[in-house]
Amino acid sequence: MATENISMTKSTSRFVLTLRGIWKGLQELAELIFASPTAVIGLVVVLAWVFVAIFAPLITTYSPLEQDYKNINQKPTAAHVLGTDNLGRDVWTRVAYGARTILSLGPISVFVAFLIGLALGLPAGYYQGWVDELIMRILDALMAFPTILLYMIIISAVGASPFNVVIAIAIGGAPGIARLVRALTMDIRTREYVAAAKLRGDSDIMIMLREILPNSRGPLIVDFLLRIGYAAFYIGTLGFLGLGLPPPTPDWGGMVQEGHGRMSANIWPVLSATMAIVTLVIGLNMFADGLREESMRYQ
Amino acid sequence: MDDSSPILSVKNLAVTYKTRKRDIDAVRDVSFDIYRGENLGLVGESGCGKSTAAYSIVNFLGPNGRVKSGEILFKGEQLRNRSEADLRKLRGADISMVYQEPMSALNPSMQIRDQLAESLIAHRGFNQKDAFAESLEALRKVYMPDAEGVMQRYPHQLSGGQQQRVLIAMAMLNNPSLLIMDEPTTALDVTVEAAVLDLIAELQKKYNTATLYISHNLGVVARVSDKVAVMYAGEIVELAPTREIFHNPMHPYTMGLMRCLPDVDAPKGTRTLHPIEGRVPSPANLPAGCIFAPRCQHAEPECLAGHPHLKEISPGHQVRCFRAWDWTAVKENWKTEDLVPLKESCPDRNGNTEENVLNVKNAKVYYPVPFKTVGGLFGMEKRSYVRASDDVSFSVKRGRTLGIVGESGCGKSTIAKAIVGLEPLFGGQIDFLNVDVSKPLNKRGIDTIRDLQMVFQDPNGVLNPSYSVGDQIAFSLRRFGTVPPDQIRAEVERLLQAVKLDESYYNRLPRQLSGGEKQRVGIARAISTNPAMVVCDEPVSALDVSVQAAVLNLLLEIQNTRNTTMILISHDLSSVRFFADEVAVMYLGHIMEIGSCESIFQPPNHPYTTALLAAVPRADPDAPHSNIRLSGHVPSAVKPPSGCKFNTRCPFKIGAICEQEEPSKRDMGAGHLIYCHLTPEDLKNKII
Repeated sequence: MATENISMTKSTSRFVLTLRGIWKGLQELAELIFASPTAVIGLVVVLAWVFVAIFAPLITTYSPLEQDYKNINQKPTAAHVLGTDNLGRDVWTRVAYGARTILSLGPISVFVAFLIGLALGLPAGYYQGWVDELIMRILDALMAFPTILLYMIIISAVGASPFNVVIAIAIGGAPGIARLVRALTMDIRTREYVAAAKLRGDSDIMIMLREILPNSRGPLIVDFLLRIGYAAFYIGTLGFLGLGLPPPTPDWGGMVQEGHGRMSANIWPVLSATMAIVTLVIGLNMFADGLREESMRYQ
Repeated sequence: MDDSSPILSVKNLAVTYKTRKRDIDAVRDVSFDIYRGENLGLVGESGCGKSTAAYSIVNFLGPNGRVKSGEILFKGEQLRNRSEADLRKLRGADISMVYQEPMSALNPSMQIRDQLAESLIAHRGFNQKDAFAESLEALRKVYMPDAEGVMQRYPHQLSGGQQQRVLIAMAMLNNPSLLIMDEPTTALDVTVEAAVLDLIAELQKKYNTATLYISHNLGVVARVSDKVAVMYAGEIVELAPTREIFHNPMHPYTMGLMRCLPDVDAPKGTRTLHPIEGRVPSPANLPAGCIFAPRCQHAEPECLAGHPHLKEISPGHQVRCFRAWDWTAVKENWKTEDLVPLKESCPDRNGNTEENVLNVKNAKVYYPVPFKTVGGLFGMEKRSYVRASDDVSFSVKRGRTLGIVGESGCGKSTIAKAIVGLEPLFGGQIDFLNVDVSKPLNKRGIDTIRDLQMVFQDPNGVLNPSYSVGDQIAFSLRRFGTVPPDQIRAEVERLLQAVKLDESYYNRLPRQLSGGEKQRVGIARAISTNPAMVVCDEPVSALDVSVQAAVLNLLLEIQNTRNTTMILISHDLSSVRFFADEVAVMYLGHIMEIGSCESIFQPPNHPYTTALLAAVPRADPDAPHSNIRLSGHVPSAVKPPSGCKFNTRCPFKIGAICEQEEPSKRDMGAGHLIYCHLTPEDLKNKII
């Protein structure tokens, strides 16, 4: 009974300590962010868009697909804060729902890109030699394509759908991530704790995942944030080229595509969508840059 | 300007650094004077503010540091709050600096002559031709061999010692009144260090420059300084003439620093080291009262209450300690107390050995040099190799320590890595516990891996920063199934205790630990598998002296309680003497001499060993110093010299035979082997 109690308190205290560790980590992260005005501004902008995306049905009064033929191409009014487009859809509503699209597709595609990049970059950097040569030459070939051309090839081959946009952006982003992961791995594999892991007979996979990956997280997190910005930008571009999401879906790139011919008559749909893309991308960039700068300072 | 007033006078200097959370006072209340021709040594462990104090003189504190208060008088003029333009005129002309890392202090894309001439042209308006002539003269003054040739070269074409000579020449170019040297020999090998120290001492006498010499090494300071200031946690705790401070130290910290040094002249088992308990407090978190009180053996209640001031107790000897006056009784025999011989001294240990745990036979570790031509890929170029270890043979008996010493690049770490399996063997054989282990790690059996562990050099790289201390040790326990899963935590705590860390360390992350603590965790991890043998690759070279002592004591204790066989790789002969039973001296991948510790450290021994021993800086200003110095640098391991590998630098070379014939081993009895052409008599009475 007594021993049970002790082991109970021990496991409980272990759990509490883990929680406290996470809490402390979060506190440190918050301190880091709040030390940099750039990161704070970036974070506020990004969080504003996240808020808009999550609460889109609550902060808009229309549906994004609802067409009102009596009120097409309107300038901003009290009823339509950013006006309406050529089908009479409320621009603000479409921008708000468009944030949902971009803020879900962006992170998902970057996440998939990271999985591919890690799977290629870790072994390339860890084994070096011919494994590295093989992987890197394939990636070089992939990187030789202009990114937007690569997207167009992929999308026109498999068709435009949210899933395919994710695939295209993941394939386009993976080589750059793999290069970053490879460089970090090549540095970390020479550390003595990696040698210590080898000396307990750990497998290569284990060493890559347990010793190397966690210690490259700093630069990878910053890269992840930056790439969400690029992804938002490319999703917009694909939308503009008509290769993004199929038409009625609210999509910022698509809005620019639909509206850019009528800009002289009604600039509001185009202006709103471009401003949305610009603020989101700049916000993400500022957040990532501020975080990077602040974490490098005082070292 | 007469000689009676100081060249540099620092009064009540305080320096702060701005950090994210608050301002940190890194240096407080520092005062010292340096007169013409005087060398002031500033010593202390890392983080004690010695570099900060020195850099504040020329305002090199970086963007977040500033002098908060105090005065810096250079030749009677205030240097504080001077404009950058004013300071620039002083720096490089009347005040010059020599840095720790010669490679990064020289511009890799400029020829030496241009770098030297630059300061003459900038400060004294020389034309290029005169500047080159003056630069050549400066190189000759620092005894640079082939000075004309060196003028044309780029930094990477010079050895570390030559680079440091260039930097010293550069610093002396404009005949400065004040020279600041920041650990100028720390990055150099001991033999090169000895030659550079000779040079510094000689220039000092010749040119009467006032010098501020920063070092963590008491032996080095004893060699070059006239006065010594000991710094601790941002304050000077003791300031006295060199002989006074080494023979009659008054501050407990100074005494502690001297008691924790292993003595190169004392055999294994004749003394224990006295580490200073605890660690240097961070300047952000200073104790109230005397800053040293929490670590001081002699602290009394008053020490914790008030902050002592620096007071003069005899002419020129200042101490920051409340108890310095009633010392004389307490500190009698401060150096020799407890230095009673341990039970196990070297000869005893020789008696009770049985089997060889490790046998290394003609081990070769070669690294291929990349092909220079495309033809190489198709077998049209002869492959050349870096011969990191060549034909190395030795054996280690159970429960004993083999020390492997040599300068950097001699292949000592390479052979250690080959033994544990981190480097592939090119030829030869290694037997461990009668199992052939001449194969890489992933082909070795799990039992072999468990029985052969390693302690690493760099305390900052030894632990994975992402996991807590306890988890990292638990990884090993789980992997080898040393204890049942439900007892892992208890076992980790037991191991932490074995390395003198309490159980609260279990949940700490590596960045919350000091260097010495990290090294202890590394040792706990290595012994967690109960290995038969532990290979220690420079386990203390990156640690402060007070911490080195604790780690060496710990290794010795582990060996004595567990009968663990060890290999100690080190460039520091003092710690090898403290810890090793047998010693192998390596040079350029070859063993020059191997034998019992006692036979190696006195004649007859190999000329290279003699030179290494002569170069060790001793923490005693009156110790006789030998004039045996090695010239030149270690030859390339791709094309090693023919005959005896040491013939290009040997001060006792006897002639052509050294260049033509590889010396065969000379058995001096009791397993003492010397690879040299000299006769045993000559080896005993070496005269240049």
